[in-house]
Amino acid sequence: MSGSSDSRRRGFVREILGRSDYAIISEWIEPGSRVLDLGCGDGELLAWLAENKGVQARGIEIDARKVQRAIARGVSVYHGDIDQGLTDYPDESFDYVILSQTLQETRRPLHVLREMLRVGRHAIVAFPNYGHWSVRFSLLLRGRAPVTRCFPYEWYESPNIHFLTIKDFQALAREQGWTVEREIFLSGRYSGRLWANLLAEVAVFLLRK
Amino acid sequence: MIVDTQYVRFDSLPLDCGATLSPVDVAYETYGTLNKERTNAILILHAFSGDAHAAGLSRTDGKPGWWDNMIGPGKAFDTERYFVICSNVLGGCRGTTGPSSINPATGRPYGLSFPVITISDMVRLQKKLVDHLGIERLLAVCGGSMGGMQALEWAVAYPEMVVSAIPIATTARSSAQQIAFNEVGRQAIMADPDWNGGDYYDKQPPARGLAVARMIGHITFMSDESMRVKFGRRLRQKEEFGFDFSVDFEVESYLRYRGSQFVNRFDANSYLYLTKAMDYFDLTNGTGSLVEAFRNVRARFLVISFTSDWLYPSYQSLEIVNALRALNRDVAYCEIPSNYGHDAFLVDIAEQSEIIRGFLASTYRMVSST
Repeated sequence: MSGSSDSRRRGFVREILGRSDYAIISEWIEPGSRVLDLGCGDGELLAWLAENKGVQARGIEIDARKVQRAIARGVSVYHGDIDQGLTDYPDESFDYVILSQTLQETRRPLHVLREMLRVGRHAIVAFPNYGHWSVRFSLLLRGRAPVTRCFPYEWYESPNIHFLTIKDFQALAREQGWTVEREIFLSGRYSGRLWANLLAEVAVFLLRK
Repeated sequence: MIVDTQYVRFDSLPLDCGATLSPVDVAYETYGTLNKERTNAILILHAFSGDAHAAGLSRTDGKPGWWDNMIGPGKAFDTERYFVICSNVLGGCRGTTGPSSINPATGRPYGLSFPVITISDMVRLQKKLVDHLGIERLLAVCGGSMGGMQALEWAVAYPEMVVSAIPIATTARSSAQQIAFNEVGRQAIMADPDWNGGDYYDKQPPARGLAVARMIGHITFMSDESMRVKFGRRLRQKEEFGFDFSVDFEVESYLRYRGSQFVNRFDANSYLYLTKAMDYFDLTNGTGSLVEAFRNVRARFLVISFTSDWLYPSYQSLEIVNALRALNRDVAYCEIPSNYGHDAFLVDIAEQSEIIRGFLASTYRMVSST
């Protein structure tokens, strides 16, 4: 079930809005579907999906300034916290619920993932891989909390509070009985499966219950 | 932009209390031009002390409208794109029929013989105005505070007519605290001997009572911080305390000024009737279920609250938003950071403008593409 059906198992991926994870997400999302983006920022991905794939776009964002920019560009965003912000949505309100580069910032990641799979038929989760060699080397050789391209913050100003590797996520999915419909591992604009947990900076998963 | 207030008379209006008013006059203004397809009309709903003069400069007194910073060419409600309507509410005292209007049965002002009205009565009258203007669908209904209640009522009462609703700094049902402040205001008016059971139109009006009511109102519209910044403990034109009960502090002077100004433009009986309408407002009709109340709503929503608004706190906006989310309706919500308290929707408008402009533009695109 893994990424075998993916045409881009190896090689360069496109970018959308300067992000290769966005390109993958937009490829996976069916045109005209209902999409909820958690931690949607100023709504750039949602606006792109609405414009180019005709999706019904909704978002949740905690930062007032970003919420304002998102609404100003016509995206219906809810100003709130994703740790509890999904409660009011009925089951399967959405076809896809996206969590891009935010899982490691949530207070209750497992709760958020479960909620995503409750309100959405599919969940798309992209996160920076804490198993990447640069993280391992940084800790092993320098003995310092890693500061890398994907984890660019000093420990005292990082919003990241839950660190995970690709293997961690796969193990959790197995434990919880979630189906991994697709998975893609990225290093810059290069995607590949070889030693992904060591070589990939970002992983993107498509899940269902 | 010089504007004229216009008037229209309707034969009768049935009310929630069972009575029927006839005739009923409505004062209204319009800005911009209705497009050929009649898809660009926006209804603005004023708050408690507002009136039909929302934008532009009044031809009669040259004064700007109460939301002139939001409505006009290039502004959030861009009158070069949209046709904007605002009318004085039922029960008001600025041209629409209210307790100070002449009761045709007696030839004298209604006073307390005016029937008690509700927010849905106000909306029913606005519906007549919108019909009169030949408009079948409103691109948006928008208002703050009591105007927000009307916007919610519109979306529920006439779901097929409302494309989008923008309730600002408002609630789906008045809270005990809101009712309490309204009651204190009413008691201040009724305790003034000049009120005379509401019969004062040929005599001295209850100016002191109405001024006190307005002073209380103004306190609830501001925040602790905005009062600290605006007045602090500064003394009014003196270096030392007066050791008497004349004005010592700037804040006293401000409240007295606002109170006395209000008396010149507002009717004490309207104060009673409009606050009562707000107290009665409960979109759930006592059932407590906003989800049920919103079940038939079709509009997309933009809900706005302000961080320092303690009179209409954000949790009340969230009740609206969460009920709409439970129904999977199209709703955007933002709590705008502001120090201005409840007044923010009138004065702290930079971010509000940006949001509303974008929301309207995207709504208009949807309407135009279908």
